[in-house]
Amino acid sequence: MIWLMIAGMCLVTFVPRVIPLLLGRNLVLPRWISRWLSFFPYAALGSLIFPGILTVVEGRPWIGLAAGGCAALLALKARNAIFPVLVAIAVAVGLQLATAA
Amino acid sequence: MNQGPAAEVMRGVRAGLPVAVGYVPMAMAFGVLATQTGLSFFQAGAMSFAVYAGASQFASLGLLAGGASALAIVLATLVLNFRHFLMSVALSRRLPLRRGSDHRALAAPFVLGFGITDETFVVASLEERLSIRFFLGLIVTVYLAWLSGTLIGAGFSSLIPPVIARGMGVALYAMFIAILIPGVKKSWVNGLVAVAGGLLAWGASIAVPSIPSGWRIVIAILAASAVGAMIGGGDDDPAAEAEETA
Repeated sequence: MIWLMIAGMCLVTFVPRVIPLLLGRNLVLPRWISRWLSFFPYAALGSLIFPGILTVVEGRPWIGLAAGGCAALLALKARNAIFPVLVAIAVAVGLQLATAA
Repeated sequence: MNQGPAAEVMRGVRAGLPVAVGYVPMAMAFGVLATQTGLSFFQAGAMSFAVYAGASQFASLGLLAGGASALAIVLATLVLNFRHFLMSVALSRRLPLRRGSDHRALAAPFVLGFGITDETFVVASLEERLSIRFFLGLIVTVYLAWLSGTLIGAGFSSLIPPVIARGMGVALYAMFIAILIPGVKKSWVNGLVAVAGGLLAWGASIAVPSIPSGWRIVIAILAASAVGAMIGGGDDDPAAEAEETA
């Protein structure tokens, strides 16, 4: 099951990455399809962030929210994902330790 | 400046180093979470080796933990990684790929395409003198960091305290947010679509909990993207986008 999943994930990740490079400039998509496709990443990111971020620490949804909020603020300024990610980890670890019973 | 082939590759390697430094902890977090989710060391490593797509690798763990089927996870991966298709379209207009029947010309799209990630796309798009050797140096550096980070995380996960491991679990969401924010700054519609996607996924989890989470996300993506397409104003021309960021 896991190996099948990995093989399937490999295929559906590899093909979309390679096809445009194989076709080069011959690739033309209908405008409405490319418009619809262009929003997929944002819709995907939204539905993956929420409500999943509430479950980072079981029973304490605000820890995920706080760490995610810090990441969002830093991402407004940072040029890449590294710094926001590291700070979010630190915040999530720190809050768990600070609120440990 | 030295224009030799090796120097061109090294230029790409240097451009990839900051990304590689960021990939290692994220890949370690993936390795730790993967083994906690029940994957073996080899399965975690194989995923980074063969799938090589951070966001969907993390997402697959979340979906696995939620009991999603392999088919739903593969479909979610397809939808989630379709942005790489658009990035590949944009890069295909800028990478000087040759037509030819020699093995190098034939292999180039496969090798270079495999190396496209959000971060390598951004670095390559911002590079003024983008060459195939530069891109090769860049993607190999970043790929090795992702793979070795995964193996370290999966191999030593039992040595990492649960508090740290749970904290690393937030890396996934922080990375999603950090990828999302630049798009929202570019167009508010992108942010609206993301919010719609989140609310739809959340609403569906409450209204119809019997639908597995992978399918809920697929449906949320299709519907929220349609909302965006009707409003318009996104970045629907990857070529223009590449020129803009170049």
